[in-house]
Amino acid sequence: MKRLVALPFSKSLEIAYKSIRVRFFRSLITTLSLVLAVSFLCYTQTSNNYAESMLLSGGQQVIEQLQAIGYDVNVGDTSLTASPKQRWLIFLSLLVCIVGIINAQLMSVTERFREIGTMKCLGALDRFIVRIFILEAGFQGLAGAASGAILGAFVAIMSGLFRFGLRSFSLLIWTDIFTTVLFAVLIGTGLSLLGVLYPALLAARMQPVEAMRVDQ
Amino acid sequence: MCAKNIVRVSGVTKDFDLGKIVVNVLKGIDLEIETGMYISIMGPSGSGKSTLFNMIGGLDKPTSGKVFIDEVDIAQLDAYELAWLRCRKIGYIFQTFNLIPVMTALENVTLPMTFAGTPNDAAVDRGMELLKLVGLDGRHSHKPSELSGGQQQRVAVARALANNPSIILADEPTGNLDLKTGEDVIELLKQMSKERDVTVISATHDYKMLNVSDQVVWIRDGRVDKIQNREELDITTGGLAKAE
Repeated sequence: MKRLVALPFSKSLEIAYKSIRVRFFRSLITTLSLVLAVSFLCYTQTSNNYAESMLLSGGQQVIEQLQAIGYDVNVGDTSLTASPKQRWLIFLSLLVCIVGIINAQLMSVTERFREIGTMKCLGALDRFIVRIFILEAGFQGLAGAASGAILGAFVAIMSGLFRFGLRSFSLLIWTDIFTTVLFAVLIGTGLSLLGVLYPALLAARMQPVEAMRVDQ
Repeated sequence: MCAKNIVRVSGVTKDFDLGKIVVNVLKGIDLEIETGMYISIMGPSGSGKSTLFNMIGGLDKPTSGKVFIDEVDIAQLDAYELAWLRCRKIGYIFQTFNLIPVMTALENVTLPMTFAGTPNDAAVDRGMELLKLVGLDGRHSHKPSELSGGQQQRVAVARALANNPSIILADEPTGNLDLKTGEDVIELLKQMSKERDVTVISATHDYKMLNVSDQVVWIRDGRVDKIQNREELDITTGGLAKAE
C-alpha cells in the first residue's frame, strides 16, 4: 500500500473559499490596500493610454492641450511613457501595498496557528497548508486587483472625458486600455501571492506540538 | 500473554533547552502498551505526561531513546510517512477540542478521511454514521461555536475515529468538561475501545478515568512511577472512596 496522504485540489479550493467567507471582513481589509494600489497603477497607466490616443488623433492643438496638463510631449511624438515621477509613485504605492499584505497575512497565520496544528495532527502535509494559503491569497488578489483595475480605469476614462470632452471618447484605443487593465490585474494578483509566500511557509514549517502550545 | 505491543517506548528522554537552563522533562521512560487496552497516563502537572504523550503521538521527537508504533521506529519516518501515520494510525483528542472553527461538525469529521484519500460521498456517509454513533445526528451542519463543550468533544471523538485508527490518543479529554459530560465522553471512549479493539491512551489527572482503564501508568518527575492493572486499581479507588 502506498503510504501517501492526499488533498484533492477541489477540496483545497473549498477550504480556502470557506476560510475567506468566514473571515470576510478581515479579508476585505487585506484586499482593500491591494484595491487602492492597483487602482492607482491602473489610473495612471490608463490616463497615459488616453493621452496617447489623443496624441495619435490630433494635431498641434492636442499637443498644446497635453503640454498644458503636464505631459512631456513634442510635435512628432507618437507615444507617451510614464514620467519618472509617476513610476516612482507607482513603485512606492505597490511597495506599501505588499508590506501591508505581508503584515495582514502574518496576522492571519498567527490567528490560525492552532487550526494549522490541528490539520497537521490529522495528517496534513506542509504543502497542503501552503496551498490553502496561496489559494486564499490568489482569490483575494484576483478579486482585489480586478476591482482595483476596473475602478482605476473607470476613473481615468471619466477624468479624460472631462478634460478632452465627449468627442474624445470615440478616439480611444480600447485594446491598449484592456491591455493596461489586464496587466494591472496580473501585477495585483502577483503581489498578493508574493505577500503570502513567507507567512504561508512559516505556517507550514511549524511543528504541530508548537502550534498546540499556543494559548487561545 | 502473547498480545501484540502496539506502542513501545524505550529509554525515552526529553530535554527542553530554555537558553540558560536545560530542563530534563523525561528522564528515561520504558513502556509497552498492548493492542486494545484502555490506558490512562496519570501524574501531577509538570510530571511530563503531556510530553510523553506528544512523543507517542509522533508530534515531538525524543532527545534520546526510541518510540515504536506497530514496531516501527517513528524517528526513522520521513515527513510523508509521519503524516500518513498521524492520518491513518492515530486519532487525536485534545483537551481544547481543537475542531476547525470554520468547518461544520461533518466537515471536521470528514477532513481526515479526505486526507486519507476517501472519495467524498463515502466520507460523508461515514461521517454521518460516526456522528450518529457519538449521539450527534442532526447536528452535522453546526459549526463548533454552535455546539456545547461536550458536543464539541464528541465531534472530536468522531473525528479521531474517522480513519479507523489503531490508537486513540486523548490528552486530558475531560479537562474542559463538567463532571457529567466528562463521564459521557469517557464512557464513549471505553465503548469504542471495546467494540473496535482500538487502543486508547489518555493522559489525565481525572480520577473518573481510573474506573474504565485496563491499566494505569503513573508518571512522576519524568519517570514511570508504577504501572497498575485493573485488579490492583479497584483496591486503590476503594481506598480512596473510604478515605473520603
